[in-house]
Amino acid sequence: MDITDNKENMTEAPVLLSVRGLVKSFDGKTVLDGIDLDVRQGEVVVIVGPSGCGKSTLLRCINALEPIQGGEVLLDGQKIEKDGKNLTAIRQKIGMVFQSYDLFPHLTVLDNITLAPQKVQKRPRREAEEEAISLLKRVGLEGKAGSYPRELSGGQKQRVAIVRALILHPEVMLFDEVTAALDPEMVREVLDVILQLARQGRTMLIVTHEMQFARAIADRVIFLDEGHVLEDLPPERFFTEPGTERAKNFLHMFEFEAVR
Amino acid sequence: MPDLGLNVLLKGKNMQRLLSGLWTAMRISLIAVAISMPLGILLGVLMTKKNPVVRAVLRVYLEFIRIMPQMVLLFLVFFGTTGAFGWNLSGELSSIIVFSLWGTAEMSDLVRGALISIPKHQYESSEALGLSRSQTFAYVIIPQTVRRLIPLSINLITRMIKTTSLVLMIGVVEVLKVAQQIIEANRMASPNAAFGIYLTVFLLYFIVCWPISMLARRLEKKWKD
Repeated sequence: MDITDNKENMTEAPVLLSVRGLVKSFDGKTVLDGIDLDVRQGEVVVIVGPSGCGKSTLLRCINALEPIQGGEVLLDGQKIEKDGKNLTAIRQKIGMVFQSYDLFPHLTVLDNITLAPQKVQKRPRREAEEEAISLLKRVGLEGKAGSYPRELSGGQKQRVAIVRALILHPEVMLFDEVTAALDPEMVREVLDVILQLARQGRTMLIVTHEMQFARAIADRVIFLDEGHVLEDLPPERFFTEPGTERAKNFLHMFEFEAVR
Repeated sequence: MPDLGLNVLLKGKNMQRLLSGLWTAMRISLIAVAISMPLGILLGVLMTKKNPVVRAVLRVYLEFIRIMPQMVLLFLVFFGTTGAFGWNLSGELSSIIVFSLWGTAEMSDLVRGALISIPKHQYESSEALGLSRSQTFAYVIIPQTVRRLIPLSINLITRMIKTTSLVLMIGVVEVLKVAQQIIEANRMASPNAAFGIYLTVFLLYFIVCWPISMLARRLEKKWKD
C-alpha cells in the first residue's frame, strides 16, 4: 500500500479543481462560509469533520447539485454553475458516488453502467458494454452484469455505483460517505476499490468517517467544522499533532481508553 | 336441485340481450378509461408541480369527486344539467362524463403518488451522471413510475367497470337493467328466475374483470423491486 511514494512531487502537479470563497446557505443558515480548496492532479484529499459540518454539502456544491450563494468552483479553469450551459459536459468530468448507492432499480447492473455512456457521451453500446465488463472485472463483479440491483448486497451495489461513475472517464471522483450505509463486513471491499483507484493516481475527494482509511489513502486531510476549513494537513501530521483544539476533540472521539 | 330459473336465459333472445347489456356497460367504461388515463396522467404530473394555484385547484377537484357518491354525480349530470342549463344529455353520455371525471381524478392521484414515491436520489444520481432533465425522465423516472402505476391503474379500471352497474339508475339499459327486465317479464312463468339471472350477471362481470385483475397481479409480481 505504498501510495505516497510516487507523489513526492505533488506540489508540482497542476491544480485540477479549485474552490474559491464558496458560501452555501439553506434558508438563511450558512452551512459553508468561505471555503477555499485546491486539489491537484492525482491528489487524494480526504475531508473529515463532525456530522453537520457541511462536508457532504461541499461535495454536492462542487458537482453543482446544490446552488451556491457565493464564491466559485473551477474544474480545469472552467466554472461549474448550477444552471450553466456546459454543465453536462463538465459533469462528465466529475464522478460522484453517494452514500445510498442509488443504482436504478429497473435496470440491470450492465444497463445501469452503460446508460450514461450511451445517452450522454453517445458512445456505441458494444464499446460501452465491453468497458463496463472490464471495469466490473476489476472490482470483482464480472458475474453480476445481468443481475438487478435488488439481487446485490450493499457492498456490491456500491462497487457497481463506483464503476458507473468511472466509465465516464472522470477527471475527479467525489465519494460521499460511501461506506456509511454498509454493514461492517462490506466496508472493506468498497474501500479496497477506492485504494486501488488511488494507486492508479486518480484525483479524488473523499468524505468519510473511516479514520484509518483516511490515514492510509489521503495525501491531505481537510478538517471542516461549522462551515470553515480548520485544518489542511498531510495525514501523518493531522492524526498525530492537529493544530486546533477542535480537531483534537474530534479525533479523540475515535479513541477508547481502557476501562481497566 | 332447486329451480334457479336458468331456463329463462334460453327463452327468446334473453342471453343475447344480457350480452348486449354487458357491452353497453363495457362501452361506457372503456370510453371513460380511454379519456381518464391520459387526462389523469396530465393532471397527476401537474399535481407534483410547485405552482400553489394549480395544486389547490386540482386538490379541490379530486376531493370533490372523491367525496361525492358516484350515484349523486350521475344524478347531478343527468337530471341536474337539464334543470339548470336546459341540456338534454342522454343517459349514456352522462355516464361517460361522470366516469371520466371520476377516473381522471383517481388516476391523477395514482400518478401523483407514483411520481413522488421515486426517491430524490434517483434524480440526483442521474444528474450527477450528466443526464439532462429530459433524459432523466425518459430513462430513469418514467420507467420506474410506469412499473408502479400499471398494476394500480388496472385495478382502477376494474373498479370503473364494476361501478357502471349504477348507471341503470339514470335509465341506461346495461347488463343489470336487462337482468331486471328479464326477471320482471318472467315473474309469473318462472318466479325463481332472480337467482339464476343475477348469478349469470355475476359471472359475466367476473369473466370480464378477473383476467384484468390477474394481469395486474402478474405485472406487480414481475416488477417488484
